[in-house]
Amino acid sequence: MKIGGYLCTGCGIGDRLDTKSLESVAVREGRIGFCKTHDFLCSQAGVDMIKADMALEGDDQVTKAVIMACSRRAKTESFNFGAVPTARVNLREGVIWIRPEGSEHDETTQEMAADYIRMGCAEVKAMQQADASGEQGKNNHIMVVGGGITGMTAALEASKAGYYASIIEKSDRLGGVMGQLKQRQPEHSPFQNPQDTGVAALIAAVEADDKITVYLSSTIAKTAGAPGRFEVDIASTVGAGTHAEFGAIVQATGFTPYDANNLPEFSYGKSPNVVTQLELEALARAAGDGPIKRADGKVVENVVFVQCAGQRSTKEGHLSYCSGHCCATSIKQAMYFKDTNPDIETTVLFDDIRTPGAGGENFYRSAQDKFVTFRKGKVSTVDVKGNDLQVNFKDLILDEDAHMGADLVVLATGMLPNSGTDIDTMKDKDESGEVKVSVQSILNLNYRQGPDMPQLVNGFTDSHFICFPYETRRTGIYSAGPVRRPMDAAQAQTDAMGAVMKAIQAIENSAIGRAAHPRSGDLSFPSFRKEGCTQCKRCTVECPFGAIDENEKGYPQYNEARCRRCGTCMGACPVQVISFKNYSIETVGAQLKAVDVPDEFQEKPRILVLACENDAYPALDMAAMKRNESSAFIRVIPVRCLGSTNTIWIKDALGSGYDGVVMMGCKKGADYQCHFVKGSEMAHVRMAKIGDTLSTMNLEAERVAVHEVAITDIDRAPKLLDEMVAVINRVGLSPFKF
Amino acid sequence: MTTAVNQAMVEKYKGNFLKEVTDNVEEGNWVKMCMQCGVCSGSCPLGPHWDHPPQELFMMIRANKRDEVLSSTSMWMCTSCYNCVARCPRGLPITHIMHGLAHYGKRMGMKPKNQPTEKFGQMFWDNLIKKGRVNELKLGLGLYFKDGFAEGLKVSMGKQKLGMNMMKAKRMSPMEMLGGHGVSDLSGFHAMLKKAEELEAARVGANTDAK
Repeated sequence: MKIGGYLCTGCGIGDRLDTKSLESVAVREGRIGFCKTHDFLCSQAGVDMIKADMALEGDDQVTKAVIMACSRRAKTESFNFGAVPTARVNLREGVIWIRPEGSEHDETTQEMAADYIRMGCAEVKAMQQADASGEQGKNNHIMVVGGGITGMTAALEASKAGYYASIIEKSDRLGGVMGQLKQRQPEHSPFQNPQDTGVAALIAAVEADDKITVYLSSTIAKTAGAPGRFEVDIASTVGAGTHAEFGAIVQATGFTPYDANNLPEFSYGKSPNVVTQLELEALARAAGDGPIKRADGKVVENVVFVQCAGQRSTKEGHLSYCSGHCCATSIKQAMYFKDTNPDIETTVLFDDIRTPGAGGENFYRSAQDKFVTFRKGKVSTVDVKGNDLQVNFKDLILDEDAHMGADLVVLATGMLPNSGTDIDTMKDKDESGEVKVSVQSILNLNYRQGPDMPQLVNGFTDSHFICFPYETRRTGIYSAGPVRRPMDAAQAQTDAMGAVMKAIQAIENSAIGRAAHPRSGDLSFPSFRKEGCTQCKRCTVECPFGAIDENEKGYPQYNEARCRRCGTCMGACPVQVISFKNYSIETVGAQLKAVDVPDEFQEKPRILVLACENDAYPALDMAAMKRNESSAFIRVIPVRCLGSTNTIWIKDALGSGYDGVVMMGCKKGADYQCHFVKGSEMAHVRMAKIGDTLSTMNLEAERVAVHEVAITDIDRAPKLLDEMVAVINRVGLSPFKF
Repeated sequence: MTTAVNQAMVEKYKGNFLKEVTDNVEEGNWVKMCMQCGVCSGSCPLGPHWDHPPQELFMMIRANKRDEVLSSTSMWMCTSCYNCVARCPRGLPITHIMHGLAHYGKRMGMKPKNQPTEKFGQMFWDNLIKKGRVNELKLGLGLYFKDGFAEGLKVSMGKQKLGMNMMKAKRMSPMEMLGGHGVSDLSGFHAMLKKAEELEAARVGANTDAK
């Protein structure tokens, strides 16, 4: 049992710092077994030297290592020693690259390096090797909820990849909304004509696939467990229920069409000749290859499509968002008419035509080529005139009120996600007057945090649009298709493939106890010291991923496979009993206490910086690569997420003489950028309350600052640190130095 | 005569002006491809001086505003700078469509009254077909006096120096007053124009006859 220190003198570290003195700091003050110097530590020779020490036997074996070289974000492969806990001391990006050269700076730069070495030695002593919990299971079976094209595509893709899939469909047939359509928008060049939906072929493929099981007329009564070992009760309306086990879940529950009865101004309900797009599909299917007829049997000769009916509107009861497919759908439906008889008048009254992708654009051109008339106008009302209709609208190009007659009016209404209940947003929804779609719980999760996945905006189950498109806030459960965001069929099928790939990844990761993103490969998981737990439930409530239940005695019950390892629970715990083996109150606490705080007469302040390892720490590293100068008085400790910051660290730091604390996390709020959804927000909430602590200590509130820092804030991040230095200069050094 | 053709066209297309434009206006088949982005209108250096910028004209065509379009002064204001053509994301030959619309409006007898571009165009054409070559002296004077004798005198006096210089440089000859020069085979030239007129009349006739 021995801790080995390895100091690299390459990349200019040896030229700028007194490495002999640093070696002695490591051994004497850091109290580690030895410290070796190498001029190229990440080279094969350097790494072999470390590995040789780790391969020794008995008391000489190095069982923990401190690498004093570059940032922990550099050379991760070279310095990965598997089962040996390793601390990284950042002397390159953290010290020499942010400090100016010149003898007048040497003293403070050297102190900075020495402090970081003390911190690394203290951290590694508090670290233990993380191992998988042993609770993980492996199950190659994916549950696909929903039997539309998204669900069927997902199941087929899983099967192609060698995994098993079960489709749970609540209706008595496969096909979903797509199965009700006559044709779909073209998928291939030249994108000119509507094509077969392909649903029949998909259903045939699903039925012929022996890796896919289909449960029709079935819903999910209960989902328990965790990734790799989900336990699901499937209820059937026609037969006996089933119990099945799955490794991961893809939710492809699609959408419910917006209820056009909310649009009386368009005479929907008053005249059978005002129909929705989906109702027109039924008329088109009934017509077959012949002319499309209205309900009263008249052949339609003049049809008007009203775009954005009840969508992209701020009116009460309307949808605020664009459903993405309706423009292309109206174009397709206008072609149903034009392709049977080019003399049929087809007018699309639009506000903006939105046809995403090259295919959509070409399809739009093709419709123009077929003499579908597009007029930019906002429809105010549709009047019933005998058997016919009159559409009243404002022409937005000619800026005048206009009207036109029509045999048939088609309303492009929007889509509402079938995403189940959402405890997070239910109360907001009641107040805002937003449209509510009454969908009973779909997954019926047996999670402490609620029966379905949390929703982001407008009921869609997205979680992190930019970084993790398929992820939801329930690990191992992925959403795909229009339940995730409004989209068309082609996008839904691509989505299904993406979600299945993530589901497979979840199965494989959870089988060996590894975390999903963003700490992919992390084996650590939270545990708690039962004697200290007060059963306050704060960890359960604040976990953004629903990873923590409570057991029957009221203690937290961790589900490792659901955990993303962010440490938000650790930050939340008021009695500090939650920890990870390699990241704990102790590992960070020991680091900040290892810093040598000078007495007040030296006039060298110390500022603790807790930086999120996803955005803020990389931003500081990149600032260093640009040689952006920073103060020599900062001491940066990376944290997994600002949500893992426990207030005890702040108290400890201020109590032991630090002059200021700067916390850097990701953007919070509705358009958050936090990789763990709520971590940054929780940190802000907790730190807002630290003012009381500061006042009891008779300290100025501005000694603690919390900032939102993005990975691109390369120039701003060092400036925020300079700001804190200026604050300390103004309010004076901390009175707690000793 | 023109009103009869106009009447026939109205009768034939029965409110589908877009189709009429597609069938009869030079490059008019492109009008349906406009996506109303407005880049043409924004690019037009004379845009603020028009009644209707191109984008609006195209929408008026779709809205069946036949009389307003054909009697508009807008397309006569086009100076063929080609900014709109260069910038149109859909590649519409907007300049050509403008000229096509102007021409069609004139043929239908709906040209705006006292439109200077239209007047000059007619004057140029009449001047040209007489001898097969433009008589600059007559064209210039005709242009000066198009708004009446007094106005013409005023303009002539103002341009006196320019005229003298052109004569000195032998760019203009006072002898042109006496008839001027022409193409060598004048009767052949006139026969050619006549043939072209016949062909066009047949084409328009075919359109109006085929009801």
